[in-house]
Amino acid sequence: MTWRVALVGIVALAVAAGPWVTRVQAAGEIFIPLLVYRTGPYAPNGIPIANGAIDYFTLVNERDGGVNGVKIAFEECEDQYDTKQGVECYERLKTKNPVLVNPYSTGITYQLIPKAPVDKVVVHSMGYGMTATADGRWFPWVFNFPMTYWSQASAFVKYVAAQEGGMDKLKGKKIAHIYHNSPYGKEANPTLEELARRHAFELTLLAVDHPGQEQKATWLQIRRLNPDWIYISGWGVMNQVAIKEAAAIGFKMDRVVGNWWTGTEVDVIPAGDAAKGYKSMNFNAPGAGFKVHQDINKFLYDKGKGAGRRDGIGEVLYNRMVVNAMLNVEAIRTAMTKHGNKPLTGEQVRWGFENLNLTEKRLEELGMKGMMRPLRVTCENHEGNGQAFVQQWDGKKWNVVSDWIEPIREVVRPKLEAAAVDEAKKLGYTMRDCAKEK
Amino acid sequence: MIYREAGQFKTSYASDQAVFPIVQDRVFVLAAVVAAFVVPPLVAGDYWLQAILIPFLIYALAAIGLNLLTGYAGQLSLGTGGFMAVGAYSAFKLTTAFPQLSIIAVFLLSGLAAAAIGLLFGIPSLRIKGFYLAVATLAAQFFLIWLFNKVAWFTNYASSGTITAPDRTVLGVTVTGPNAPAAARYVMALAFVAVFALVAKNLVRGRIGRSWMAIRDRDIAAEIIGVRPLRTKLLAFGISSFYCGVAGAELVFLYLGSAETLAFDINQSFLVLFMVIIGGLGSILGSWLGAAFIILLPIFLTRLPHSLGLTMSVALQKQIELMIFGGLILFFLIVEPHGLARLWQIGKEKLRLWPFPH
Amino acid sequence: MSDLLYMVLVAPFKDMAGAPAFLVEVLIGGVFAGLMYSLVALGFVLIYKASGVFNFAQGVMVLFAALTLVGLLERGAPVVVALALTVAVMVGLAYAIERVVLRPLVNQPQIILFMATIGLNFFLEGFGEMAWGANVKKLDIGIPDRSFIVRGVQINELELTAAVTAAVLVTLLALFFQTTRIGRALRAVADDHEAALSIGIPLKTIWVVVWSVAGVVAIVAGLMWGAKSGVQFSLSLIALKALPVLILGGFESVPGAIVGGLIIGVGEKLGEVYWGPLVGGAIENWFAYVLALAFLLVRPQGLFGEKIIERV
Repeated sequence: MTWRVALVGIVALAVAAGPWVTRVQAAGEIFIPLLVYRTGPYAPNGIPIANGAIDYFTLVNERDGGVNGVKIAFEECEDQYDTKQGVECYERLKTKNPVLVNPYSTGITYQLIPKAPVDKVVVHSMGYGMTATADGRWFPWVFNFPMTYWSQASAFVKYVAAQEGGMDKLKGKKIAHIYHNSPYGKEANPTLEELARRHAFELTLLAVDHPGQEQKATWLQIRRLNPDWIYISGWGVMNQVAIKEAAAIGFKMDRVVGNWWTGTEVDVIPAGDAAKGYKSMNFNAPGAGFKVHQDINKFLYDKGKGAGRRDGIGEVLYNRMVVNAMLNVEAIRTAMTKHGNKPLTGEQVRWGFENLNLTEKRLEELGMKGMMRPLRVTCENHEGNGQAFVQQWDGKKWNVVSDWIEPIREVVRPKLEAAAVDEAKKLGYTMRDCAKEK
Repeated sequence: MIYREAGQFKTSYASDQAVFPIVQDRVFVLAAVVAAFVVPPLVAGDYWLQAILIPFLIYALAAIGLNLLTGYAGQLSLGTGGFMAVGAYSAFKLTTAFPQLSIIAVFLLSGLAAAAIGLLFGIPSLRIKGFYLAVATLAAQFFLIWLFNKVAWFTNYASSGTITAPDRTVLGVTVTGPNAPAAARYVMALAFVAVFALVAKNLVRGRIGRSWMAIRDRDIAAEIIGVRPLRTKLLAFGISSFYCGVAGAELVFLYLGSAETLAFDINQSFLVLFMVIIGGLGSILGSWLGAAFIILLPIFLTRLPHSLGLTMSVALQKQIELMIFGGLILFFLIVEPHGLARLWQIGKEKLRLWPFPH
Repeated sequence: MSDLLYMVLVAPFKDMAGAPAFLVEVLIGGVFAGLMYSLVALGFVLIYKASGVFNFAQGVMVLFAALTLVGLLERGAPVVVALALTVAVMVGLAYAIERVVLRPLVNQPQIILFMATIGLNFFLEGFGEMAWGANVKKLDIGIPDRSFIVRGVQINELELTAAVTAAVLVTLLALFFQTTRIGRALRAVADDHEAALSIGIPLKTIWVVVWSVAGVVAIVAGLMWGAKSGVQFSLSLIALKALPVLILGGFESVPGAIVGGLIIGVGEKLGEVYWGPLVGGAIENWFAYVLALAFLLVRPQGLFGEKIIERV
């Protein structure tokens, strides 16, 4: 009897202790942690993102045998889009010596920005996170290319101007910005305000509180205001409700433009046909017609190695993460030109990010010609020289309806540099001299 | 056998009323505290300290605070997240305005700020009771979060809209900010929670605690025997908010490093309340156990399949984890509705008689 | 100072008087939104009334009901069959809850039962998602989300339908409570568990019935909210919108849930549209609670709550 109790106790203890032991990453690989959210309120957005990452990294391993022969190892950790769980995930996977991390959550990005230089892990917040980190002189470890929210907002204004017939036609036009009431949602406000001053359009800012299931009051205000254009910075359920409300009050859908997190397939599902004509910004072309998708089909899904369902290939967020993973890989590849084809450290990969030069030719080799713009990152400019375009929902799929739009950099960059000084001071950083970097 | 109190005679009121009347308890708790200060910083890795122990200590502090209010004084509150935010934002404002001020003083002062706000929002408790009060404290929760989100002054007009912990030192060691070693932050959090747990323990067995319990058990009767409800209830709100405020400041300065208002949303209030209930209402020990249950169990469950060699998708794993977590809450409530602290007590009673139960 | 007072106390009312059609629209918007909150609040009230449990899992029950319905529809079940099956699932759930959660915890303090429903909440969250997946699902209930205009006032068909549904549901529930045998038994249980038991009312059956009815209310709430935002995980968060309605109306009152919903809905919309811009907007959430709090200070048991008689 006592022995049996002791035995049960020992087994229970072993089971209880097991999860706390962490394993060390195998040598000879480059480890990339994947903070994903496949469950919880944001899962509809998180699932295609996670699948895109896994598919592309697996493709590189399967098709090319890794990056110049060095395999990419990755591990998913479920964070439910929750900051604290995300930090736990990051800390847990940190023991495996990651070189870079794509947080895919503004909250988690903010946590990781101060940790990046300490842990020597590159933070790549692609098209999200903190805009000010685009100034590489202050934030060597954080990258947000190909574009920031501020550049995006300026590109949106340029698009509106083009539709109205020129920048001078903006005068007196009414633009409403409906935003998620969080640091993320507010990002576009300073840029829009600045541009409203310069071009004399009338800007109305309307906040929607998290989670944004009930937006009646906001849309009543829209009804009264009757703006010429609406710009939406939303996320999660807020997007679906906003698009549905816009359709319900009979607003012209082709004058409602979401930012690039407010224009995916799931956002337009609940509104159904009423969402036809809805537009959103983007920097990665939608659709599964690129060569990289053929490769993903051939090397992964035909062999049963795909991460998701086949019809998920080519969704907006799936493609975004494929582009993101590609940029990760190309940065590692760039770093290898200097440091050799071996597993690299975070420090070395950071150099690769900073000297990334993605040419049209390279994009074509990768099977992604036209999926995004050529990109060049420098020490000063971690935003790169990305451009955005506008896409429109036709009831079945997203179509590109504009050319690539260059952001108004002369407005965005000075504000961004000023913000970078503020944010960096809070962390006690000093500015580095990019002339001395090599 | 080892846990035997025979032969320990109390010869004075003081020794009978001691926090730990049994010698073994005294020795054990003292040893545990010393071990907690010494062992983890030397042995545990960054992951353990940063992702598990530091949040555990901070939430334990918040749970003790809420337990004073809900467990001892019987006032249900769902404003914990809001009060924690007050602590965090006032700590940030204080330390950026007066960088020379010791960070310990900053924490205490931000606790006082939270206490002031807590007093203000405690006023409705004089008229409103039970679940009505709980939902009324939600007004505090939502209003405070909205305020910190809306008024840029609180974040020093940061374009990012977040607060960030700067580097601050205690006795020459950096204890806050990204450059602070996890061990230093751990010791700091532990020191605070150890001291305040002791303070709380003494509060609840003294006059104040007894008046709280009188109000909780039957407020009209308490009023008749001379406990002033206004003072007692507000004191509970104030002290509880002080604890929550300090915990909130620690959450940003010792754990997260930087935060937006979402870090203090309604889920925080619920989380701390869960800890208090599952640990045991009206028990300081219960607050510790509850915090451990709510913080450690999900992480444990997440990692369990991996260590057992099971491979499954992370989504499925999370869903099963939620189900088991919910199931365990139900299980423990059914086994012992008065919380983990009561289970512990029962265990202790058994241990005192072991191995001769008759 | 006088400018400020003018902006707060005078300007909004001038604004209202200046555009009466818009004011009507805001009021109607508030009424519709309020009835949507009432639909969720009703579930809470039913359960609180009969078992004294503040059911934290009500939001997840709404999600679970909607997920089940949509999941069945997606698998090709006809609408009637899917609805019937969903009702069956919710009744089954009620039975399981009574057996596993309520029965072992009978006679425990309210807060313990509250905690138990939190455990239930986590369980259903995991289970619902595991069974039906996490993606956003379109729920088409056959009513177009279009608007028509009556005398310059825009009215949305879907919202009108939801409002009518809520009104019908409440009337039915009120009749059920007032006139049927089981309804009277429910009221007896609500008043005093032990007295009800002693005159032979089967407590366990009553609990199953009441949780089932709450489950059916959850289906209706899930239908209406799901038609608005698509059926997705966030549906479980709407419980938070029901809380101010509950405190305002009183935890035990079915009509209270409706009146409370109307007051909260209209109040928060008026607040947001006319006073929100003064302070930068997004005040809806806390405004609802402050409104409820203001009412509570006058009547601590809610508008229709049972008066608490205090004895030593």
